[in-house]
Amino acid sequence: MLAALKKNPAAKWLGLALVVIALAVLPFAVEAGAGRSWVRIIDFALLYIMLALGLNIVVGFAGLLDLGYIAFYAVGAYMWALLASPHLSANFPAFAAMFPGGLHFPIWILIPMGALVAAIFGVLLGAPTLRLRGDYLAIVTLGFGEIIRIFLNNLNAPVNITNGPQGINKIDPFSIFGIPFNKPLSVFGFTVPSVALYYYLFLALTIVIIVITLRLEDSRIGRAWVAIREDEIAAKAMGINTRNVKLLAFAMGATFGGVAGGLFAGFQGFVSPESFTLMESIMVLAMVVLGGMGHIPGVVLGAVLLATLPEAIRYTVVPAQKMLFDRQIVDPESLRMLLFGLALILVMLYRPAGIWPSPVRKREFATAEKAGKLEPEQYPDRTEASEGARL
Amino acid sequence: MSRLALLEARDVAKRFGGLQALADISLTISHGEIYGLIGPNGAGKTTFFNCLTGLYQVDEGRFLFDGAPLNVKAPYEVAARGIARTFQNIRLFANMTALENVMVGRHVRTRAGVFGAVLRTPGTLAEERAIHDRARELLRYVGLERRSDTLARNLPYGDQRRLEIARALATEPKLLALDEPAAGMNATETASLKALMERIRADGVTILLIEHDVKLVMNLCDRVAVLDYGRKIAEGPPAEVQKNAAVIEAYLGGSLA
Amino acid sequence: MTFHPEIFLQQIINGLVLGSIYALVALGYTMVYGILGLINFAHGEVVMIGALTALSVILALHGAAPDLPAALFILAGTLVAIPVTMALGYTIERVAYRPLRNAPRLAPLITAIGVSIVLQNVALLVWGRSYRSWPPILPTTPHTILGANITDLQIFIVLAAAAIMAGLMLLVNKTKLGRAMRATAENPAVAGLMGVNVNVIISVTFVIGAALGAIAGVMVSANYQIAHYYMGFILGLKAFTAAVLGGIGNLAGAMLGGLLLGLIESLGAGYIGDLTGGFLGSHYQDVFAFFVLIVVLIFRPSGLVGERVAERA
Repeated sequence: MLAALKKNPAAKWLGLALVVIALAVLPFAVEAGAGRSWVRIIDFALLYIMLALGLNIVVGFAGLLDLGYIAFYAVGAYMWALLASPHLSANFPAFAAMFPGGLHFPIWILIPMGALVAAIFGVLLGAPTLRLRGDYLAIVTLGFGEIIRIFLNNLNAPVNITNGPQGINKIDPFSIFGIPFNKPLSVFGFTVPSVALYYYLFLALTIVIIVITLRLEDSRIGRAWVAIREDEIAAKAMGINTRNVKLLAFAMGATFGGVAGGLFAGFQGFVSPESFTLMESIMVLAMVVLGGMGHIPGVVLGAVLLATLPEAIRYTVVPAQKMLFDRQIVDPESLRMLLFGLALILVMLYRPAGIWPSPVRKREFATAEKAGKLEPEQYPDRTEASEGARL
Repeated sequence: MSRLALLEARDVAKRFGGLQALADISLTISHGEIYGLIGPNGAGKTTFFNCLTGLYQVDEGRFLFDGAPLNVKAPYEVAARGIARTFQNIRLFANMTALENVMVGRHVRTRAGVFGAVLRTPGTLAEERAIHDRARELLRYVGLERRSDTLARNLPYGDQRRLEIARALATEPKLLALDEPAAGMNATETASLKALMERIRADGVTILLIEHDVKLVMNLCDRVAVLDYGRKIAEGPPAEVQKNAAVIEAYLGGSLA
Repeated sequence: MTFHPEIFLQQIINGLVLGSIYALVALGYTMVYGILGLINFAHGEVVMIGALTALSVILALHGAAPDLPAALFILAGTLVAIPVTMALGYTIERVAYRPLRNAPRLAPLITAIGVSIVLQNVALLVWGRSYRSWPPILPTTPHTILGANITDLQIFIVLAAAAIMAGLMLLVNKTKLGRAMRATAENPAVAGLMGVNVNVIISVTFVIGAALGAIAGVMVSANYQIAHYYMGFILGLKAFTAAVLGGIGNLAGAMLGGLLLGLIESLGAGYIGDLTGGFLGSHYQDVFAFFVLIVVLIFRPSGLVGERVAERA
């Protein structure tokens, strides 16, 4: 069927047009069918897609297990919060003198700034870890993630930079061409609610990020990332400057995280350290692995599923319990997490390469198994280590 | 020596703790040669390769390549200078296709960066096409054109060896260092490998070969060096080395002859 | 800044107590890693389940017979908690890890995270969201040594941990079972060929690690007089850090790493304010631990004592 589509450009354009229309009317359809809170959930799902695609560059392409990825989301969010709120002017006389009404940079500056600052953090946090392998890298990135969160939590004294656990509020809502995003917009008598405006903005940026990722994957840089993941020593021998190429992966991944973080801050109007816990890093990692590591459609699917399904549980469990038992027996939040944990286990047991792995890989794995060519690598880490030793 | 030296090793030494893996190895490889490096297991052949290609740092001595000292601190620079290698236990990018493996080999001879890739500038597109074409050409060269979309891990053993050679050739080496390319091959496969190596040499690439298949070394190499316990115990044309007493001794009972 | 030796000594004592507990938990991580090359992310939750189970037994017993000696309460609680965590450790390995031994490297890590989340929320459903306090059974009057305080419980924790670790070293280095474990850690395929039942050894490793975890769980909750469904997370993180600090896969390394991390945290929290001129306070305790870990790994990537597998390439 896909082959037929490729041969028929008219069908291809029609298909594309249908997707565009579906994406365009989605917020209205969802609002009509499930209520406005679900549009908000979809907005968050888009942010998670950006995060998952960013982490996918680091983990999926370059094979660098990063457990502190949420730090870049935090950096983007706090940068945006500081540059688009009264916080700095309220706490530092120097800023108050320059910007008496607080800092209110426009989105055109904030988005590139968020990307840039996060990329710098990506390189700074990535550089010391370059010599580390697999699990050591995981624990060090985890440590970095926690360090950043702890600093955000405590940098309200002696100088108040982050406002500590209370976080920063009164962050400017987005506005583009003077159109504020926090109010419904009337176009020819037709009202577009605020959540739908955010939806379109996030969707546009998500598409940009998807295109960037697809193009990077199919490029000299993308191949170098995968080569490092597959065999770092061979990659070096082929003339790949593994240090620079790894740093580039950290920087690119962080960039997406930083942009998503900034959008999150502007969307919520408020940021606090508790949005950037290790659990969030794990959630994003789960999206990447569950969806199909290294395979962009799979990662997008993983992000959508993990961002929406737990919410669906939250929305169905409480009424279901009320109906069945006349009272709430199980706390919906813990049931949601319980099911999330079980889902992680079950998907990995039955689909260890993810829900939607790359079709080439899948086909190849299938043929290899049939031909009995796949050597059972019972202890993959061991083989890796002993190969290293033999070299 | 009439021909120009391509690679010169001067008193190269490498220790692992108390073990002297390489001791004062000096040798010269000329342009266009097929130079064999043989010796019993553990003689230091692969260690020599690893020192040459920058995976290990030498403790003493140095390499001169193509008329200039070789900075063996960074393996990627060694590749850029024109030395490519294969590995004793094949190190392909297992989950990439054969074609992609060879395309990675073009990395060091191409320039495109993030911005070029994202913006798809005409320059990047042209470069990408050239990478693709060259990779296909090389697959054809080693006889793998029909396996281009197979994952490297699913290729038969002999094809994996050929793919490693194609990937190495993609870096446009002046010197191709092959670490036991015929290991595990049957007679037919070895014969076609020999033909491939002769063809590579005819196309102007110098070859440094570690090999255990004595017959192959004797028939193919212009000169060989014999290592034993990290020392060079003999060097010269195969027929001469074969008669060397120290070499026969090293191979315990002279199974080499 | 004036130096008070008694405060310094107090920090050392606190650090040793904390470090002993970290070491016990770290052993669970390091044993599993040594054999499977896997981060058993759920180990912290096993410790938590051990602590809460023991506390439930102690509370029930205290309700029935409040006048029994403290040691008996603790013994009863621990003796119930150990088989519970052992069964849990065994089940986790069978269900979540064993089927994935051939899978991509990240797959077992994700199931481990899944198990961790499940256990946390099961504990939340069973024991509730609030902190559970210990009944007042432990003697609280401390002994004073050179101006620093130490309680009977703290002395007991350090001694018991030391005894258990010595026992484990004997088990691993002197018994037939220990030899099989070491052989499996060295090379599972060869160990299998030599007649070692690798699956049994792996199960045993998980079960021993879980038992140590239960004991550590009782110790940590007794030390702070509370237990909580979320306590396993940060404890597990610290203990894993300790294992990596020492050199993961290495038993002696885990013990050293645990003790060091305990001391570093305790001294760091005590002195970080003075060291940074009051800029950073004691709530940066965790930063200190992670910072040391990162510095150690960057300059000694295989940990202080070294890894199981020597890395040469």
